[in-house]
Order: sequence, then C-alpha cells, then structure tokens
Amino acid sequence: MVAVHSEFNGNVIEVAGLTRRFGAKAALVEVRLSVPRGTVFGLVGVNGAGKTTLIKHVLGLLKAATGSVRVFGQDPAADPAGVLVRVGYLSEEPELPGWMRVGELLRYTRAFYPNWDPKFAEELRQSFTIDPTAKVKHLSKGQRARVGLVLALAHRPELLVLDEPSSGLDPIVRRDILGAIIRTIAEEGRTVLFSSHLLHEVERVADRVALIDHGRVVFSGALDNIKETHHRLTLRFPEPRPHPPALAGALTWEGHGMEWAAVCAGQLDELKNAVDACGAQVVEQRVPSLDEIFVARVGPKCSERVKE
Amino acid sequence: MDIHISPHDGVPIYLQIVNQVKHLVATGRLAPGEELPAIRVLAEQLVVNPNTVARAYRELEIAGVVEKRRTAGTYVSDAGSRMARRERLKIVTERIDALLVEARHLGIGTEEVIELLRERDEILQPNS
Repeated sequence: MVAVHSEFNGNVIEVAGLTRRFGAKAALVEVRLSVPRGTVFGLVGVNGAGKTTLIKHVLGLLKAATGSVRVFGQDPAADPAGVLVRVGYLSEEPELPGWMRVGELLRYTRAFYPNWDPKFAEELRQSFTIDPTAKVKHLSKGQRARVGLVLALAHRPELLVLDEPSSGLDPIVRRDILGAIIRTIAEEGRTVLFSSHLLHEVERVADRVALIDHGRVVFSGALDNIKETHHRLTLRFPEPRPHPPALAGALTWEGHGMEWAAVCAGQLDELKNAVDACGAQVVEQRVPSLDEIFVARVGPKCSERVKE
Repeated sequence: MDIHISPHDGVPIYLQIVNQVKHLVATGRLAPGEELPAIRVLAEQLVVNPNTVARAYRELEIAGVVEKRRTAGTYVSDAGSRMARRERLKIVTERIDALLVEARHLGIGTEEVIELLRERDEILQPNS
C-alpha cells in the first residue's frame, strides 16, 4: 500500500451544470457528476454521446464555458500542470512520438513527473514484455497501448483517467488494462475514471456508473444500486396480444403473442402489483445485465416510443 | 479456488462469488479451516473490483460460511460443514424444481415423475 498525501478528501472529481456546444451541436447538457475518492467510475454511452468531451474537461484540455469542473478541488483549466502531475491519462489512440525508442520515451516522460517511479516503470515494461530499444512507430497497436499504460501509471497517479482504453484491442491487452485498473484501486485512496462501451468490462470493475446519452447524464449511481432497481420480467397473458401492455416502469419490451418480456425500473413488489393489474403472470424474473439496462435506457425501443 | 465470473448473465458479480464459494464448500472442494485468497489477490485473478470481492466475503461471513481470524485472513468456518448439508440440499432442491417445472410443461404428473425417479435409480444402482 502506498499512502497518497493529499489535503483534499472530498470528491476527486466534481462537475456541476456543465454545458458545452460545438457550433449548433450540444455536446454536453447540464452535466453533474461526482467521483468519490477510491472508486472506479465507469462512464458509458454510445460513440458521440459526449464521454470524451467530458473527459477533456476533467483533464483541463477544454475550459468549462458554462458550469464548473473541479479536480482535487481545483479548476484543471486554470492550473493544468498542477492537476495533471497527479493524473495518469490513457486515450484510445495515445499520441506517442513514433521516432523515439521506448526507453527514450520513458526517460523523456519521467522529466514531467516529480513522482515518477523508475523501478515501477521498469517492472511494468518487463511485465508487458515491451522491448526498450524498439522504435514506437514499429510497435503493434497492442504494444503501443501498453506503452501508453506504462506512461500513465509510472508516476503512481492519484487519479487514473482512461478514455476508451480497450477499444479495438485484443483480449490479452484488455486484460492488462483492466488489471492495471484493479491494481490502481487496490492501492488505498486512488481513483479511476474510465469510459467504455464494453459494458461487460465496466460491470466487472466499476463501483459507480454514469450513462451519458446525447450529452446528458441519463442515470448515475452505484452499480449495485442500478442493478437492484432494474428487473427483467417475462409475462404470460391468457390471450395473445398484438402489443405489449402499458406497464408503469417498463423501459423496453420484446416478445409476441402470449409471452412478453420487459426490462423495468422500479421496486419489484410494485412492478408485480402492476403486472397483476394487467392480468398477466410473471413466468420468469432475473436481474438484467448492465448491457441490457443500457440498451433499455438508450436503445431505439425505449418506452416513450412504444407508447406513441 | 476455481471461480468463474460471467458478467453477461445479469447476476451481480458479488453474488456469483458467494454462490460459487458456497458450492465449493458444499462439495468439499473447500475444506473447513482452509484459507481463502486475500481480497486483492482474488480481485486481480478474477479481474473484478476489490470492493466486490470484499462484499462477497462479508456476505459469506454473515452467512457463517467463512470467518475472519485475528491474523486478517479469511477461512472456511468449522460451521461450514453443517452449512454444507443445507447447501447440498439447496442445490438438489433447485434441480428438482427445474425438473418439476419441465415435467409440468410436458404434461407429466408428479406421481409419474416419482415413479420414473425410482426406475432410473434402480438402473443407475451399481451391481443391480
């Protein structure tokens, strides 16, 4: 365990009322987000939902035009250097200088971080079997991602930010990345923010999840809580019906004839009462996966459209 | 400790760990007094959040399957073997429930199922 010295003990990231427009397009709308210290926070949403724009605000690469962004209690856009030395960052396509050799790149990056741990960097490099004499431009995509991961971790950051880190990588590299998230969090007090659309990975490692759609936070909370408040119910009706019933709490429906299944939000007993009231019987009931909840919340078959 | 996590089937991961540890204890693959891996070690092995493993261990402790010792390890409790019979019965009960539901859908009555059970049991007896 490595002690993290910090005077700041509240939420590591605090975003409030953040709105961002790119021309006519609203990239972020009234975003509110709190990332408590010591958690793995998963940011999920389809491509173009606003995840990267939000992350750029957290890193101070974009300045909040409306609303506020605080990282370790400070404005990252006002003092990017002061915030970024405490942050490790890995993007989907890390921009690494292709002409450098891996060893040179490590020595070069080290100069920017007073907390750089050369022994740890070497340990990571060896465990990822990266050749220090290889030129960056000759590395495979997976090896480049691993180099990016070493650069993000070697200064033992208090906050690790990963933007779609697994995108387009093979399962072995993805496992290295998830392993790095787990090791980071296991060291007391460290925090991870990562975006992904690989929901089974988010479900494995995240404590808290925020779902972003069209620049808005659709829901945000503890993963356990999200799972406990969603249910997948399969209903059987005495007669075949052409449409699913209007059921309070149902987000999506699939099925036909006498059997219809819904992903629902709400308390189980209330949902069951509603099922009774529409004359059906629950024949199967289970907890939906995060993937199913995600599709139910932002998929094309949302309840609003079913009701129309 | 051989545990497999499937994030696709919806069952919360902490519960998957709880159920599988109970199963391992029930089948004797985890013996009373045996030490469970440390939270961090299991988290890295399964690639899941350490808080999830911690929650699973807490639930197992509340259920009396494991106990924490002063030396900070987590061990299968001696009460685990008493637990184990209940757990074994539970596993068989679940299979029976599934069998009965299936039989009902196929229009085969409970009496007939019991008769079939006896028949199959005789066939499966060694030296019969």
